[in-house]
Amino acid sequence: MAATTDKTKQGAAKLLDFLSKWGTVLTIFILIAFFAQKTSIYVDPDMSFFDALRLSPFTSSANVITILRSISIVTVIAIGITISLTVDGFDLSVGSVATFADTLVISMFVWYGMETPAAVLITLFVILSVAVVNSFLIVKLRIFDLLATLAAMFIFEGVALTYTGGGSISQGMPRLDGTPTDGTIPEVFRLLGQSPYIIITMLVIVALAHIFLNYTKHGRYLYVVGGNEEAARLSGIPVKRYRTLAYFLSAFLAGIGGLMLAARIGSAQVNAGAGFLMPAVAAAFIGYSVGGIKKPNAIGTLIGAVLVGILENGLIMMSVPYYSLNIVKGLVLAIALAITYYRKTR
Amino acid sequence: MKNISIEFPGVKALSNVDFSVEGGTIHALIGANGAGKSTLMKVLGGVYNHYTGEIFFDDEKVEICHPRDAKKLGIAVVHQEVDTALIPYLNVAENIMLDVMANEMGKKQFVNWKQIRDAARGFLKRVNLDLNVRTLVQDVSLADKQRILVARALAGKSDFIILDEPTAPLSQTETEELFALMRDLAQNQHIGIVFISHRLPEIFEICEHITILRDGEVVADQRVDSLTQKEVIEHMLGRRFSEIFPKSDVEIGETIFEVKNLSEEYGAVKDVSFSVGAGEIVGVTGLVGAGKTELCKTIFGAFPIGAGEIFLKGKQLKIREPHEAVRQGIALVPEERRKEGILVDEPVYINTSASSLHNFCRAFDFIDTKAERKAAIKLIDDLGIRTPSENQKLAFLSGGNQQKVAVGKWLIADAEIYVFDEPTKGVDVGAKNEIFELIGNLASAGKGIIYASSEIPEILGIADRTYVMYDQTIAKELETAKTSEEEILFYSAGGK
Repeated sequence: MAATTDKTKQGAAKLLDFLSKWGTVLTIFILIAFFAQKTSIYVDPDMSFFDALRLSPFTSSANVITILRSISIVTVIAIGITISLTVDGFDLSVGSVATFADTLVISMFVWYGMETPAAVLITLFVILSVAVVNSFLIVKLRIFDLLATLAAMFIFEGVALTYTGGGSISQGMPRLDGTPTDGTIPEVFRLLGQSPYIIITMLVIVALAHIFLNYTKHGRYLYVVGGNEEAARLSGIPVKRYRTLAYFLSAFLAGIGGLMLAARIGSAQVNAGAGFLMPAVAAAFIGYSVGGIKKPNAIGTLIGAVLVGILENGLIMMSVPYYSLNIVKGLVLAIALAITYYRKTR
Repeated sequence: MKNISIEFPGVKALSNVDFSVEGGTIHALIGANGAGKSTLMKVLGGVYNHYTGEIFFDDEKVEICHPRDAKKLGIAVVHQEVDTALIPYLNVAENIMLDVMANEMGKKQFVNWKQIRDAARGFLKRVNLDLNVRTLVQDVSLADKQRILVARALAGKSDFIILDEPTAPLSQTETEELFALMRDLAQNQHIGIVFISHRLPEIFEICEHITILRDGEVVADQRVDSLTQKEVIEHMLGRRFSEIFPKSDVEIGETIFEVKNLSEEYGAVKDVSFSVGAGEIVGVTGLVGAGKTELCKTIFGAFPIGAGEIFLKGKQLKIREPHEAVRQGIALVPEERRKEGILVDEPVYINTSASSLHNFCRAFDFIDTKAERKAAIKLIDDLGIRTPSENQKLAFLSGGNQQKVAVGKWLIADAEIYVFDEPTKGVDVGAKNEIFELIGNLASAGKGIIYASSEIPEILGIADRTYVMYDQTIAKELETAKTSEEEILFYSAGGK
């Protein structure tokens, strides 16, 4: 008797282990099958399971591209959060940074009639001021990461709003003082917001982040600092420098996310980036457990973003109203956090 | 207390200890590190309940199984770390009356603040402390915090107060003031005080009675004035079996490392000067709290340097952070291995390269993982680290093998000066000898070694020269070959 219960216990433990490693990927497949079945009724309600998978509007190549396009901005921002997580930090200001970048780059085009390279470079340069504030608060003043970046989130939300005079900017709109504008948003820049370029940008950034974190000295140091800051310091790793680096990279990536957003919507909207924070945080935390890595990692974050994207897309196709989506997204985040921390405390 | 014994897995911490204190006297409890002082006081304070033996209070047999029991009997402990017992953002009155408020409120739901403050003022007067009871405890000096804890003990109607090394963090004047209070409590308020201290002069100044513990047994229990400082030290040491140290005969070269008038910014190390020769093993010893760890960390830049100069091979070093010390050739194997020395959740090979990763990098800082693993495997072989492979997480290695990894990463990093802070702590005898051998080999290679330890036999066995620390500074320099355990302990305890 005892032997069999032992065996079942072992089996259960193995299953639990497998689920904690690959549960996310499994969930993605289950969701795809589920949504494909549910949406196939629009084609033919009596379709077989595999036909539904093949012929459903959910699995159509157009929809797959829609999903990938819709997650690209979230993913890029989530990679920024992931890097801040590697040093055991947390960058909450990424949403505001994206808004700020969106505002800046559109104003460069519309108000000042700049060309794409100059506008992009200036925007990214200005964006790094957020990183300066973040790392000053965290590394110099030793404020908790979460609270410091919460403060920065509000500061730069306000800065972006003040810059636009509390409104939005789009092509043809007059400046704050009422003078007319004739700047346009260049076609080259708009391409950044369209597939396939937006998807390629995302994949390139995920690949670069993966290589940086896993194969370079700097990535290794980021993880070591996050694992045990005091031991890292006493090993001779310049801990402050690497924490600062992490916040610069996260602000930079959030800035790129903001640029992609600007290219996509072609205007600067009030708090346009704020909505990306939550799904990005969810993606990064879902990514923790993928493949049993148990660390923030780029590939996992991409998979996390795919999961969130599929969920959102599928729910919309099933005519769940957009205003209810946050309930589901919030629940997904709660589950991801539960998996991360439940395993950690054992 | 009669026949008190207590065992922990693998160790008999106390065996048949008799201990008694009279009301209105000051009683010293002394012993070397690990002699059982703290354990005995924890039994008395109700922290451990698996002791055997009997405790009598006013000739009545009692049982102390819980800190509550001790408090009810009127036994209070003031620990060395005062901050662990105080709530910083509450005011003085609330802290003094904390136990009363927690245990004697009964069914009352509302606090009578006026009553609390008045009572607190009364107790403050008894500990001779002139302080507004509304002051927040976090704004109060350390010496005053101790008094607040004594006042709390009085508020709990304690007849016996145990002071665990109260003078260690105090200045000379603060110590004098504390002694005045202790005398007042004992003589005028008939309170029995147990005074635990490493400092012999203090014990001879203030105590009437002394109990000396060694290896969990009472070796002396008599009036203080019937003993001399030297006799106390002999009692503390007794005879110990000696460990075997690999004797390494290394020609000591010229001075390569020199520290001049070094002070830590906040006074954890004060005005320390010393030197290390090539191939020399320099011991730094002293009692717990004398400033050994602080000295090691200040040299390494982990504590901020307040004043002083550090020279390596004649060149002055500028060290503000550990990474600057590492770059200039200093290595530190810290005392708190799991917290500071190793990355517990990382595999062996990541640990061994943590301090020298730049040596394993190709263009654009890409890590050459093959070279990194090869170096780890070689180290595992060289040091005899018992691990299934270089991919094993450090958490699964034994303490001794973890320590070998903590040392090994600096061998790969190739420093000039190696600082070891209590490297044998929590390490079994076999691994200990291997670590001594390792240190001997480093010395043979012409490196300078600083070996900090409170284990005097180790210092005697391994060091060429020894600096004895007392009260955050170096009290004495000794040739190890011409000194003895007694002499080192004498200077460690503040003898002059």
